[in-house]
Amino acid sequence: MSAALPSWLRVVSPIAVGLLIVVAWTLYVQFGDAPRALPSPIAIGQEFVLRWGIIWDDMLVTGTNAAIGLTVGAVLAVILAGLAAAWRPVDGMLAPLVAALAVIPIVAITPILNTMFGASSQFGRAAVATIAAFIPVFVNVLRGLRQTRPVHRDVMRASAATSAQTFRMLTLPTAVPYLMTGLRVAGSLAVIAALVAEYFGGPSDGIGTSIATYAKSGRAALAWAYVGGGILIGLVFFLVTALLERLVTRHAPA
Amino acid sequence: MTATTPTTDLAVQATGVGKVFPTKAGDVAALTEVELEVKAGEFVSLIGPSGCGKSTLLRLIADLDQASSGELTIFGKPARRARIDQDYGIAFQQAGLLPWRTVAANIGLPLELHKVGKAERDARVAELAELVGLTDFVDRYPDQLSGGMQQRVAIARSLAARPKLLLMDEPFGALDEMTREYLQGELTRIAAETGAAVVFVTHSIPEAVFLSDRVVVMSPRPGRITDVIETGLGEVRDEALRESPAYFEKVTAVREALHGTKVERANER
Repeated sequence: MSAALPSWLRVVSPIAVGLLIVVAWTLYVQFGDAPRALPSPIAIGQEFVLRWGIIWDDMLVTGTNAAIGLTVGAVLAVILAGLAAAWRPVDGMLAPLVAALAVIPIVAITPILNTMFGASSQFGRAAVATIAAFIPVFVNVLRGLRQTRPVHRDVMRASAATSAQTFRMLTLPTAVPYLMTGLRVAGSLAVIAALVAEYFGGPSDGIGTSIATYAKSGRAALAWAYVGGGILIGLVFFLVTALLERLVTRHAPA
Repeated sequence: MTATTPTTDLAVQATGVGKVFPTKAGDVAALTEVELEVKAGEFVSLIGPSGCGKSTLLRLIADLDQASSGELTIFGKPARRARIDQDYGIAFQQAGLLPWRTVAANIGLPLELHKVGKAERDARVAELAELVGLTDFVDRYPDQLSGGMQQRVAIARSLAARPKLLLMDEPFGALDEMTREYLQGELTRIAAETGAAVVFVTHSIPEAVFLSDRVVVMSPRPGRITDVIETGLGEVRDEALRESPAYFEKVTAVREALHGTKVERANER
């Protein structure tokens, strides 16, 4: 075991590494023979500030699709995982389907969904995000619902708790940390899925669509600025879900 | 319902109780022909090596498992009825506290499950926290407590519904010796104050002797009762008792009963 880094160093060192990369990148673009698609960070930063209005609008589109996908996917996953945990036959029916769903690369069905719901509808994109978010939440919640410790079950039984009480006061709270882990994973996946789905048609808005458009039309700096917008969405989703996980699992056993 | 239940001064009565666990290699007899009576207010320890069925017997009394044969009554009722009527409280080797509940909410859990009103519940929880000396810790969470404190919460919880019978499965087994002796003293005080009968599973001879009115010695393969030893150490169980000749004599008696032979005197302190 190596000694833990002092806390200030843990904050400062990644920032230092990040700055170092930016400086190296800038120097490379300035003095090396960088490809045209790789503009300097300064140019990207300028575009980001200058075009913040349209970037923000497209962030809202992609972010909304991801949020809808995360919410609907998570709610569906919790309901179905609850059913699967309660009735073995449901589990037997769902498990192979979820396994099948999990191995399909979602991008593979995106063009189909986009065509199915039309070029002017966001539905296909939200649906892709829903599928992406559903899987980790379902798998984690189902596992969480089976994690009650024998001693806790004994305590509930010895206290003559009804099965509804046991579910509400023991099984459900035990599963909550697992739900949070699932949500954290699903949050990032939903953003990625919503963004990637835009590369395969649908309306002409959203972060992914814009990155593709500007990259093709030679406005590399703006394309990169949009990538920054995509990162921001991902960060927001990650931070919100990670914070939720922290709040909820404060007193979970280590 | 309660009016029709027969009254009896026996907390536990087991007649010819046996328990068989089916396994792939055939049935395993965990307990055979257990005859045991525990009087109201009496402190009885079950002691024996691993596999002697002492925990199994406790779980049968608690209706956490069902006996394969024989008859088992708790205050004259079948075990299942007694469990539903909350006639007993139980504590395990693991405290088994719910980590997302505060100490107060953990102690009050059995009351909450039985729809006891909030005001009454709060009053009872305060009383129990006082009894186990945790009044200043009621708002803490279990992960903020030491092992000994967690176990005291578990004991308070087992007392919540004012049971006349306490079942304890090695509740101090995971604690260090100092905490253990302290909690043993506390337990005898609590048992005396509440007047509850206690069935206490342990594998520690000094613990069994210090706490009990009677020590039930059990033996494995198949699990059965081989001896019952009256300690006759009286009401007061304090630190002085741990040094008394009467206490050592009983420790030796239980040890001999466990080993089935006379133990060399040189083994004694």
